[in-house]
Order: sequence, then C-alpha cells, then structure tokens
Amino acid sequence: MAERYDVLVVGAGPAGLAAAQAAAGQGARVAVLDAQPRAGGQVWRHDVRHAPSAAAARGIHDGLKPPIEWLAGTSVVAAQGDALLVQTPQAARWLHYGNLVLATGARELLLPFPGWTLPGVVGAGAAQALAKQGWPLAGKRVVVAGSGPLLLAAATTLRAHGAHVVAICEQAEASALRGFAAGLWRWPGKLLQAGRLRLQLAGVPYRGGTVVQRALPAADGCLLRAVGIAGPRGTERLACDMLAVGYGLIPNMELARLLGCATQAFGAHAAVQVDARQHTSLDHVYAAGEACGIGGVDCARIEGAIAGLAAAGAAVPAGLLRRRGHARAFAAALRRTFALRPQVHALASADTLVCRCEDVTLGMLDGHADFRSAKLATRCGMGACQGRICGAALAELGRFPHAGSRPPLFPARLSTLAHAEPAS
Amino acid sequence: MSGDVLIVVGAGIVGAACAERASAEGFDVTLVEPGTVGGGATAAAMGHLIAMDDDPAELALSHYSLGLWNSLADLPQAQFSRCGTLWVAADERELAGVPAKLERLAAVGIHAEAVDSAALYQLEPALAPRLAGGMLVPRDAVVYGPAVAMHLVECAQARGARLLRDRALRLTRDGVELHGGRTLRGTVLVATGCALRELLPALPMRARKGHLVITQRYPGLLRHQTLELGYADSAHGSDDSSVAFNVQPRPTGQILIGSSREFDDAMDPAVSMPMLRRMLERSFRYLPALRGLDALRVWTGFRPTSIDGRPYIGRVPGMEHAWVAAGHEGLGITTALGTACLLLDQLLQRPTAIDAAPFDPARLAATVAA
Repeated sequence: MAERYDVLVVGAGPAGLAAAQAAAGQGARVAVLDAQPRAGGQVWRHDVRHAPSAAAARGIHDGLKPPIEWLAGTSVVAAQGDALLVQTPQAARWLHYGNLVLATGARELLLPFPGWTLPGVVGAGAAQALAKQGWPLAGKRVVVAGSGPLLLAAATTLRAHGAHVVAICEQAEASALRGFAAGLWRWPGKLLQAGRLRLQLAGVPYRGGTVVQRALPAADGCLLRAVGIAGPRGTERLACDMLAVGYGLIPNMELARLLGCATQAFGAHAAVQVDARQHTSLDHVYAAGEACGIGGVDCARIEGAIAGLAAAGAAVPAGLLRRRGHARAFAAALRRTFALRPQVHALASADTLVCRCEDVTLGMLDGHADFRSAKLATRCGMGACQGRICGAALAELGRFPHAGSRPPLFPARLSTLAHAEPAS
Repeated sequence: MSGDVLIVVGAGIVGAACAERASAEGFDVTLVEPGTVGGGATAAAMGHLIAMDDDPAELALSHYSLGLWNSLADLPQAQFSRCGTLWVAADERELAGVPAKLERLAAVGIHAEAVDSAALYQLEPALAPRLAGGMLVPRDAVVYGPAVAMHLVECAQARGARLLRDRALRLTRDGVELHGGRTLRGTVLVATGCALRELLPALPMRARKGHLVITQRYPGLLRHQTLELGYADSAHGSDDSSVAFNVQPRPTGQILIGSSREFDDAMDPAVSMPMLRRMLERSFRYLPALRGLDALRVWTGFRPTSIDGRPYIGRVPGMEHAWVAAGHEGLGITTALGTACLLLDQLLQRPTAIDAAPFDPARLAATVAA
C-alpha cells in the first residue's frame, strides 16, 4: 500500500521535531523518520544514565505526539519522484510526500593527523554519543581536542560518565575566545549555558591555541598511550587512554544532494540553500537546522518550526523570522571564533592515512587533479563510508571539493534496492 | 615509422592501449583527453576478461587480446584475478547448448569444461537450487580497468608521449582541432567510445546504458565470475532493454553485480530504480543470498555500441590520415590490447595477427553512405 504524508520530515533532532510539531499543528498528516532507534538527534541523544534536559524531553514529546507518525530506525536509501525509498532493520518501503522537510543535521569534521587511526582515538561528538550509550569510561584519562563548543559539551558528558578529562585543547587562540566571551551578552541564554558548562568543568584545563599534533601508541604499537600537543607554551606530551577529537560540525548533505537541491558554500563544505521560509530550490522540499549551515540547537528549533509551518502551507509569523536572524548571528560569531587555523590543515604528513576504509595516505593523492581521478587510482573514498570522512577532510584541506551523492545514501540491503514502488 | 606523429584522441582503456603500443613502435604520440584517464566506460565497466563465443570475429579478437593480457597479470594495480568464468544453465535446454560452445572455444584454443549440476554447486555453493549445470572457462579473469589505463598511459609517457588535457573539436584535413584552439597535425586515431559521434558522425554509434551495484565485503561467498548462459542474448541482442545475471567477486571480497542494457543516446547517468530492480531481481533468481547483502554503491555507465555490435578498428573510410578504434560495447577491457595491436599492424601496413576485415569501419560507413 502506498503511504502518503502531507509533510514528511527526515531527521528527528531538534529541527525535525519542531517541524513535525508545527506542521501537525496545522492539521497536516505528518511523519518523522530517523535512522536512529530513538528520537533526539545528536544533541538530544538519549543518555542511559542521565535524565534528559527539560527542553529535550519536551521537544521530543511534542515532536512525536500522535497523530504525528514516528518512523524509528528508518533510513533513507534512495529517492524517486515524490517518494523516498526507506529501510528499517526488517523491511523496506516507499514513502510518498506532499512536502519534504530535510532536517538531516550535522556530523563531525574529522581531520587526519599522525596516529589518528589508533584505537582509542575517536571523534569528540562520537565520544559523547558512546558515553551516553553506556560505553565504560570510569577512570579513563581522556584528552578532548579539536575546536568549537562541542568540545565543552563532550567533556561535560564524559566527565558525568566518570572519565577523567585531562585537558581540553582548543585550536582557536585564547584571544579569539576572550573576544567571543565578551560578546556573549547579546545571547543571554548562551551566556548562562557557557557559565553552567564552566562550572561543570571546574578543574579541567581549557587550553586555547592548542592542537594535538600526534597520537602516540603504547609499546605494542596498537593502543593509544599519549598525545603530543603544541600550544602557546610549546610542545608537550599528555598521557591518556583516549583522545576525543573533532574539528567542528559540517552539514549532512547526502539526501539534499541526491534530490538535487541547490547548495551554498559552508566554508570548504556545502549547506542547503534556503529562502526565508526554509524553502529549498526544489518545489516540495524544505530544509531546517544544521543542514542549512551549522547554527546550533536554538536555531534548529526556530528553523524547524518555520519549515514545518511553510510545508503545511501556513503563514510564518514575523517573530519567528526575527528570532532566526538573532540565532544565525550567534552561529556566525561562533564560526569566526572557531575558524580553523592553518596549523590544523598541516597536521597530516604524506604517510598519514586519509581514507581509513581503503588505507590511502595523503601522499598517494599527489598529482590527482580531482576526487574522481584520485578515487579511481587509489580507491580513496570507495569504502564503507563512501567518502563521508575522507571527502570532508580533503575538502577542508583544500585538496578536492566534495563529490556528489548517489544511491544508496547509506549501505542498504539489495532486497531494499529491489523493493517495488507501489502504484501511487 | 620512428618519429611519425600519431594523435590519439581519448584515453579510455582502448586509447591508452593504442598510445602505449604506438609509443613502443616509435611513434611521436600525443594523447588528447579532457577528463580522467580511464574515467569513462573503462571506469564504469566490470573489468571482466572474457571469451565470448557467439560471434567468431569477436571471439578471435578476444582470444588474441586475452593472450596479450597475460603480460599485465603481475601488475599490482591491475588487481588481476584469474577467477574464471562460470556460465550457468538454468535448465536442460540451456545446458544442451554447452557442447557447441565448448567446440567453438576449443577451435580457437580456449580450454573450457562442461559442468554438471553437482559440480556446479561444488564450484559455487551459494547458487540457487535446481540449476541444470553449466560451463567453466578457467582462464578468464578480472582486472581493474582504470588503473590499467593509467598504467598504459604512463608507459607511453615514459617513452615520450604527451598527455594533453583538452577536448577534440573536429578532424581537419591533416590533423585535429582542439577546443582550446590549438590544431595538431598528424595521423589521428579516434578512440572516444560513445563520443565518437562528435568527431565521426558517419560511423553509427549508440550509447547503451548499464547499471552496476557493488556490495560491502563478503569474502568467500562467490569465487568465479558467474553469468547466466542467456547473457549473450542480452549483450548482443538488439532489444531496447534487457537484464542478465552477471556477478563478479572482486579481490576485495566485494561482489559486483550486473548487468542491464538500454539504449540511451542522451546519456543520462541517473540511476533508474525500475531498471535497478529488474536487474537485481534477475540476480536474486540465480543467487538468492544476494538479497540480504548490503549494497555500497550503485552507478551507471555507457557502452559504445556500433550497429552490428562489433568495434570499428581501422582506417576511417574516405580519410587518409584518420583511424578509429571505438565501439567495443561490453568487451572493451577484454579486447583493448588486441585492438591496439590490430590497429598498429594496419597503420604500419604489416600483416595482422587476426583477420581485420570484420572490424573494418568501411563495412558500415558504406551502408550509411548508400
């Protein structure tokens, strides 16, 4: 049987949930799907040991409230006409939509440096997610490194789960961080949040202008033992069991690209281009939140609400548009503050792996003018992640712009790809 | 011929092989290619080195070329894997065709053996039950085409050949004019596959779209390139669209799944979900275990297809200085090396190792002109 929704929302993070709530409030038949088994996205990810914040609990409750249909553990595989081919661990189906809202969120930007593939080195956001899912951390010495406010959030979660956070190494210069803090009065909520994080992280050194240059293995060569860092005080070595390192967030663009939405530059990466009503370049497709450029949870909530209203054919209150402007201004200030310094782009050497799936080093890509040529010659980007990690890293390093997207968006069962579309 | 100029237009596997051979013969070679070397049909292809017996001329060319491929078997980046081809008979009727195929292959010196039902499942235990048997061609192999094309270009470059990043605009009286504005003078060899139409519109060429799917790594599930015996009907028939069971174990443990055919002269690279479904349903019928495997990537490519399905290899009718090597349909990788030798022998007015007449472009240009 063909399933048809007035508004189909992809992604059950803050933006998608707000969109679902807003569209359902207009009487539209709405469904929200997410590849994860639980709603909340990354920022509101379920924590096995700690209760959710009031905002998260309310956002998830309101965004999934019947008659909104919640399609958990459902990933998008392919698109055709006004339908998406999706699969769950058990089955496949086609979902038809009147309007589609892309709330596909963001992922971490991981950059290669010597030793980054050692067991014990994980993304900062990944470490946070693992902690929330119950990964044992008690007594583990963790260095949190990279750039951006995610480092503080990750460190807080790791600490709450019993880890000993040795240090937070932020690549942005201390002066830039001070300037940013001085301007926070414009966003009182953020100021409060920063103060709260500061308290929760009392006693943890927060080092500005500091970069992890390499991860060092133990004598057996296969486990992380220490990291070499470089900062204003020179270079030093920090003993640790785990390194959680991420260089900020970039929009998840696979579905937008597959559909053919126009994009705009987001640094060396891309974001979905939208108008004031969160409308993309395609007639029946809207986008909200991080997919339109990293803006944070508040921005995602506002944009989700706007997209939900617009997708349901309703008017968008001027107040929402104003609040979005304010939230986006904060995001822009964040980006200026945490802009990656050239030093970060130079961490990888010729023999550093850049494609982990296929064991391709940075040096092997020399002489290739574009990603496709490099891929055909070296298999770079051909592995299980399909260039999600190395493609983004290579774009950030200024090697090649990011390549396109093709089905399946994620590895999908062959039986799903062969799933017949019901007559609509 | 030392020092004579040869401009090879197109650096797919065929152009690359011709450039390599020509440089070895002492030609002053310039290779014109706007895109990635081996980035067209070569990159989209399965890279199956296969002896197809349904057309005697193609079989002769394939056999000749397969012998030449042995020289690249140890090239690491070629990822040469002698997995053999297992042809599967769905029923007794298809199985009855095997002796004639064995005979045709034996006539050119290719060893193949009949496979009964029991042996079939020993060779490939994952095949669907109740298949009748088939035929094994043990010396068939699999390579990674783009890397070989790059290698051949590098060999030519090591002998002084130049790779020009430009696109040919049109053939002139004594050379070729490029989009960049330059005109190169000399003998021209057009090896542009589907793009042949731009330079030699008198030679009929159609683009035949195909879909391919590659899976995650499942080492050991499949050992041979495995095809249904009906494949030749799909490959060499002239139906508007067709699919055939054709799966390949990659050296990585991944499984590469083909094949579909549909004419698409607009060359729209979009994946067609209905065609993909048809192709996969066909493959599930023979290899049901595929259903539950994860696909990593789906892509499409275009086979350059002449009217009679045979490539054009030889002098362009009515043009003293222009030669062509294009239109290899699904056999470009298999026959590239043979094509290069066949063409160079003609260019140098030497006797050819196999009969060149079936590939003479004049055979079709004449009918078009008439």
